[in-house]
Amino acid sequence: MTTSRTRRSSERPPVALVVPAVVAAAVALLPLVYLAVRATEGGLGAALEVLLRERTARLVLRSLGLAAAVTAACLVVGVGLAWLTTRTDLPGRRTFGVLAALPLAMPSYVAAYAWISAVPGIAGFWGTFLVLTACTYPYVYLPVVAALRRADPSLEEVSRSLGRGAGATFRSVTLPQLRPAAAAGALLVSLYVLSDFGAPSLLRYDVLTRVIHASYRSSFDRTPAAVLSIVLVVLTVAITVGESRSRGRASQARIGSGVARRPPTVALGAMAPLAVAACVGVAGVALAFPVATLGYWLARGSSAALDLGRLVEAARSTVGVSLLGALVTTALAVPVGILAARYRGRSTRLLEHATYAGHALPGVVVALSLVFLGVRFARPIYQEVPLLVLGYAVLFLPAAVGAVRASVAQSPRRLEEVSRSLGLGPSAVLRRVTLPLAGPGIATGAALVLLTAMKELPATLLLRPTGMDTLATRLWTETGSGAYAAAAPYAAALVLLAAVPTFLLTRTHRVAAAADAPVLTETTEGAGR
Amino acid sequence: MPSARLIAPALALGLAASLAACGSQTSSTVDGAGPDDSGDTLVIYSGRNENLVAPVLDRLEEAVGMPVEVRYASSSELAAQLLEEGDATEADLFFSQDAGALGALAKAEMLATLDEDVTALVPEDYRDGEGRWVATSGRVRVLAFDPAQVPQIEEITGIDQILEPEFVGTIGYAPSNASFHAFVTALRVERGEDEARAWLEDFSAQQPQAFEGNNAVLDAVDGGQVAVGLINHYYWFQKVAELGEDSVQARIHYLSSDDPGALVNVAGAGVLAGTDNSRAANEAIRFLLSTEIQQYFADETAEYPVVDGVRSTVFDLEPLAELGTDQIDLNELDSLDATLALLDEVGLT
Repeated sequence: MTTSRTRRSSERPPVALVVPAVVAAAVALLPLVYLAVRATEGGLGAALEVLLRERTARLVLRSLGLAAAVTAACLVVGVGLAWLTTRTDLPGRRTFGVLAALPLAMPSYVAAYAWISAVPGIAGFWGTFLVLTACTYPYVYLPVVAALRRADPSLEEVSRSLGRGAGATFRSVTLPQLRPAAAAGALLVSLYVLSDFGAPSLLRYDVLTRVIHASYRSSFDRTPAAVLSIVLVVLTVAITVGESRSRGRASQARIGSGVARRPPTVALGAMAPLAVAACVGVAGVALAFPVATLGYWLARGSSAALDLGRLVEAARSTVGVSLLGALVTTALAVPVGILAARYRGRSTRLLEHATYAGHALPGVVVALSLVFLGVRFARPIYQEVPLLVLGYAVLFLPAAVGAVRASVAQSPRRLEEVSRSLGLGPSAVLRRVTLPLAGPGIATGAALVLLTAMKELPATLLLRPTGMDTLATRLWTETGSGAYAAAAPYAAALVLLAAVPTFLLTRTHRVAAAADAPVLTETTEGAGR
Repeated sequence: MPSARLIAPALALGLAASLAACGSQTSSTVDGAGPDDSGDTLVIYSGRNENLVAPVLDRLEEAVGMPVEVRYASSSELAAQLLEEGDATEADLFFSQDAGALGALAKAEMLATLDEDVTALVPEDYRDGEGRWVATSGRVRVLAFDPAQVPQIEEITGIDQILEPEFVGTIGYAPSNASFHAFVTALRVERGEDEARAWLEDFSAQQPQAFEGNNAVLDAVDGGQVAVGLINHYYWFQKVAELGEDSVQARIHYLSSDDPGALVNVAGAGVLAGTDNSRAANEAIRFLLSTEIQQYFADETAEYPVVDGVRSTVFDLEPLAELGTDQIDLNELDSLDATLALLDEVGLT
């Protein structure tokens, strides 16, 4: 079944999905309106001049090189850890399974700061590569863990019984089943790397985002920044299209023939110490080191007089706006995700890619575009929470879309077809079959957006209501005045708070995998009669 | 299969509709927001760090006689935000960490001319020639040094002396930092492009070690990884205030006042051209220049006061008048573009 090609739907997608999906795509494209205005205001000549500079080409190559290197490393680390913690007898694998997801709670600018302050020589490509890999590999790890838990072990057993070795089976049977999950994670990683400003700037590796910021800072001539941002958008679209091609057409759902069982555990044997060392190493670099640095800040300075009320207030605002951001973003993402998984075609692909278009834009560009549009067209919500929440939606929509799409794609389409044949209308099928099946994916998407929004800094600074502080903005204020000891509690609170949705992410995947099987059998049996 | 022909226009329509919806919202508020919105609150955009200036701005309400609202972000981002907001901005006053951001707003004709009695409070070197902004405090570029490695520090009077062979590989600097860029701009302005390039090439040949910011440079000097570092004076005073002078090995050295390495840069303030609170905004700047607040900057943030007669009672700061005798026109600091291009050419980024 896994190898059968998904039929293209001959059905029109229901209007109830198309309209909200179009709205979501329009929201995601808002920054492009602004960029188009700014890039062309100096005349096309000025824009071309920026575009054709030798420096621009060099920066594009650097950004792409960094993104490619980090993505490759994340695939290795993410898939490796996922396999070790789900399929082997790794000692302490439950603990490692959770630890491996936690670096997602670490803002890359905090990790970058920790490294550069302790090891100044790390600046440059390798430092940036290390920090970004450490902070983003969970984007690959989490979906791959979920896919491994859901993958049908019987296929692997067949492969083994037909004489293939463990390695060959992993390559030819397991990996293809992981490919969509890994590719979706890799896409998020590469777009994150393209858009990140904090880490490359602290670690002094000149990439496109650094120059976009410098251009705002130096000349206040906004044409170069806009032109370079458009270059980022073009790169994003190219990468997104590439990813959706690589996803291929293979159906990802298991159905009917059997219940997912616990896959057999691979005995690591003599390799166990090596595997433990690898897990400890990753946790050390990605988690223990930055956390220890926070502790060091706290212990060292005298500026540590903590205003607890302020910390609590900032934490509350952080949770409040991030929750709103997660809710709105997920609501926008669900229709796009379902369309992308169920009604594949040029137009739905267009919609899906549209939601990704702005994802590689640095936060400051998205923020300025909403400043530009907000002050002109949405004055009542300018510098109010709704515009900030909209900013989060523009920035983080793809993370939610990807999660929803993956989980819908993994649930069998046939269930919907059967429900239709039993007389349910399209919207009832959507409500009673598709959405419940997509539940874990929706929850995953929401948790991802929640924790990313918590860490967001540049857009929050410019779009927040006057006087409102989040943990990230307080952290920025404290480090900006050199008060590292005072900054530490905010950083710690941020990491702890962001660890909650991260931890939930490891749970949702487990629950999803466990709940999956009975639902499937039951429904399939029902359908068979 | 849903036709692409159908969805693409739908997308465009959706975008147009959402923009239109926003547009109609605005027109309704323009009526409602009118005069009572502005005029009863003084809105300040502060690029200066909240920890440093909140104690000052908290007392502003009393001084200007109306509620004060402060938005904090970095100076450059706030300048960009102000430029995007244009005439629609609600900001009355921009309080900037550096002269460059104020210069950019002045150039875009977004700053009003200040009251003459306000500009008169500040020496000519530290205000805009056309009276659109004034400095509120100053900072000086200095050499941080490790006394164990550079016992002969008193012999060093200018930046050319750190190009001596003994400093190969032992200089720390922060190439991406705004104050380093300001120094290079001053170098260009004072010596001309060719000599500035020559100095930078020689500097680059010294294999200086790059750090993320002034604090990191100072930490490296303190830890002995480098012998000297190019920083602003107050980083050292702050470090000493946080850790105690005994736990800080590094010391700072002032270069001769006519050297570009001794540049005095400033934080400053300007009033937005579209303000409805011109009186209160000017009053606020007057307050920032009052003896009381100047004393605060001198004693709390270790910055140089810009008005005559104020001296720090906490930090050992020379009066500014004795340091910046050969000051460049700070408006020229806005030629940062050329500076960045030059740094890119010589490979110091």
